[in-house]
Amino acid sequence: MADAILEVFRGTQEAGAAKQYTVPIAPGMVVLDALHYIQANLEPDLAVRWNCKAGKCGSCSAEVNGKPRLTCKTRMDALPTDKPITVYPMKSFPVIKDLVTDVSWNYRVNKKIPPFSPKPKTDWKMYQEDMDRVQEFRKCIECFLCQNVCHVVRDHHKKEEFGGPRFFVRVAALEMHPLDNVSRAKLLKDELGIGYCNITKCCTEVCPEEIKITDNAIIPLKERVVDEFYDPVMKLVRKIRGAPKAD
Amino acid sequence: MTNQTKYETHEHDVLIIGAGGAGLRAAIEGLAAGARVAVVSKSLLGKAHTVMAEGGIAAAMANVDKADSWRTHFRDTMRGGKLLNNWRMAQLHAQEAPERVRELEQWGALFDRTSDGDILQRAFGGHTFKRLCHVGDRTGLEMIRTLQDRGVQMGFDVFMECTIIRLLTDGKRVVGAFGYWREQGRFVVLKAKAVVMATGGIGKAWRVTSNSWEYTGDGMALAYDAGAELLDMEFVQFHPTGMVWPPGVQGILVTEAVRGEGGILRNKEGQRFMEKYDPNRMELSTRDVVARSIYTEVREGRGSEHGGAYLDISHKPAEYVKQKLPSMYHQFKELADVDITKGPMEVGPTCHYMMGGIRVEAETAASSLPGLFAAGEAAAGLHGANRLGGNSLSDLLVFGRRAGLGAAAYADKAPAASINDGQIAEAERDMLAPFDRGEGENPYSVHRDLQETMQNLVGIFRVEEDMNKAMGELEKLKARAARGRVEGSRLFNPGWHLSRDLKSMLTVSEAVTRSAMARKESRGAHSRIDFPKLDEQVWGRQHNLITRDGDRMKLQQIPVDAIPGELNELLAEDK
Repeated sequence: MADAILEVFRGTQEAGAAKQYTVPIAPGMVVLDALHYIQANLEPDLAVRWNCKAGKCGSCSAEVNGKPRLTCKTRMDALPTDKPITVYPMKSFPVIKDLVTDVSWNYRVNKKIPPFSPKPKTDWKMYQEDMDRVQEFRKCIECFLCQNVCHVVRDHHKKEEFGGPRFFVRVAALEMHPLDNVSRAKLLKDELGIGYCNITKCCTEVCPEEIKITDNAIIPLKERVVDEFYDPVMKLVRKIRGAPKAD
Repeated sequence: MTNQTKYETHEHDVLIIGAGGAGLRAAIEGLAAGARVAVVSKSLLGKAHTVMAEGGIAAAMANVDKADSWRTHFRDTMRGGKLLNNWRMAQLHAQEAPERVRELEQWGALFDRTSDGDILQRAFGGHTFKRLCHVGDRTGLEMIRTLQDRGVQMGFDVFMECTIIRLLTDGKRVVGAFGYWREQGRFVVLKAKAVVMATGGIGKAWRVTSNSWEYTGDGMALAYDAGAELLDMEFVQFHPTGMVWPPGVQGILVTEAVRGEGGILRNKEGQRFMEKYDPNRMELSTRDVVARSIYTEVREGRGSEHGGAYLDISHKPAEYVKQKLPSMYHQFKELADVDITKGPMEVGPTCHYMMGGIRVEAETAASSLPGLFAAGEAAAGLHGANRLGGNSLSDLLVFGRRAGLGAAAYADKAPAASINDGQIAEAERDMLAPFDRGEGENPYSVHRDLQETMQNLVGIFRVEEDMNKAMGELEKLKARAARGRVEGSRLFNPGWHLSRDLKSMLTVSEAVTRSAMARKESRGAHSRIDFPKLDEQVWGRQHNLITRDGDRMKLQQIPVDAIPGELNELLAEDK
């Protein structure tokens, strides 16, 4: 059977370089299989995160031939074999070792988001047609590829003032939950910096769950922020009726 | 003199090992009871194996089939488990599951709905009624995300990518754990008044498995090492439908929901073979029966092209399939070049779940060791000889909650304890030894041989001769593992991590093999070629129990608890 050459980043944030490995190709093989082959046969200390190997846990994100991908869903036979296949860690996060990065920033952002708070005295009746759009957001497997590819994070390093597409998706799921009773508009504007997003749709393109992040989550959330904070009519209404609902 | 100056040390009331459904649910309950709670996980938060659960949570909510009740759920669970279940656990589980599901909804989970706006329920193998609350075929993801968000908001401490290598004991009592950060390889002491083991199963000891790298039996082995009892270890569930082709995806789960939604199994001759094995329940027979049926078809030469069976849902409208089974649709399309709306999938048995585990008390999830609790797949009892699909997620919720309550109550009254530095020093020495060996074997090759041994000799069908051979192989593998060597540094080193996980796998594999050899009958997931029948007189009345006796593994039998009269009458009822 044919061989493939993998060029894998080895090292830490401080020091590292790509190293080439020859891996025999089996039918249907994915890049994660090739990385496992290297671990088991060539270099047992190659650091890779993975869990389910079926596209459901979002652990094995990396940049394959320059594209952010889940390595468990990237078929070797879909990649050109006339040159080495490059596998690098996600660029937007500090490298711990090899392909493993420090993604703890994401967990810190998540903590800022107020949880689901049901309307008082709800009867818990919900209808599928009201839930379809929310269930799309709930498909997110937290692979953080969208966070990795977003230029606000990747090129402008605005981790302190920006939440990133993953957390706009999470906020959208809460805001559009049929029974939720909290507004997160102020959070979106002030702490998650949704205004930084200029809807280039890079996040949507890399989402392995095919969530339409920009169209279905970010744009409607931007509209909410505009309605609540910048719309002169709404401003007047608020002045008369008091502050917007608690956040 | 004390190690606590040498090591990073944390102290909590309740320490939970494992951050899947059971661990997170235990943490939430512990916090609600006022305890200071920490959760340790080998992976990042939210990646535990619960995320892989697809089909649904079994709970007799009677939203779709109004006739359903906890009584029927109890009966289905007991019958599925061939009456080896802990009857009290089966009762509590059936009674409490609906409330646990409603609770998830109140914390933000969004289940698929009926036209009346209630939680939709689907059919599953061995369940009399449509009982599985679900979200398409990604129910586990919904559940873990809901629990994770709830726990984070309530304020537990999370120690991610941390592996526990030893339970610390003061006399017989468990008073904490010792582990290492996978990232940097540094050691950490976690003192606690009570510990909950929620570490899942042991699938990685088999070659073909639906389980992730984390499933190395750590919790069972740690508990065993510390002196706890392991129960019913011979009962390993092979899920009937894993992917069989291409080779790299072999074993990946194909949800039972495919059959729940009407999927049909055929052999290469086009015959719907379940007609032969279970004409009444057909594809929705229990997992042990369907797995054996597929295996038998393949062995007798009627298998599919790559040695499985054909599972077909393409008679349903394509849009329906994509809506109800979206991740199956993508999984086959992307990994196997198969469009399941147009043609059949190839499927075969895959090692999936451990019914046996740490022996616990039904009400509190307490193990036989003071201060140690267990829930979920790491614990034994609820599922008996065979688990029904959907009963795992409900198990995690019901007994995760009870373990959290039990541990918090214990911690509240627990007297002061001291940490034994000798135990820590020993664990550290063992853990670092593979770096010091000039020569020795790569842990990956030992792991590969362990998987072959368990796959070929302690698989779906078992026979004395094979298992004798397996015992010999396990001895050799233990010796090889003890001489293992790892390369590189302590910084995120998977080879080093595996060298420790391998020890747990070997301990648990031995417990499985010993128990399987002892049980000279076929019951549920345990099928003996040399003893093909149920033996109600002897083995219907006893469990296998494993304990540590010095360096030796001790096997004994204990009686099955008698089922009280009114519950026994439920079991006798028809339907």
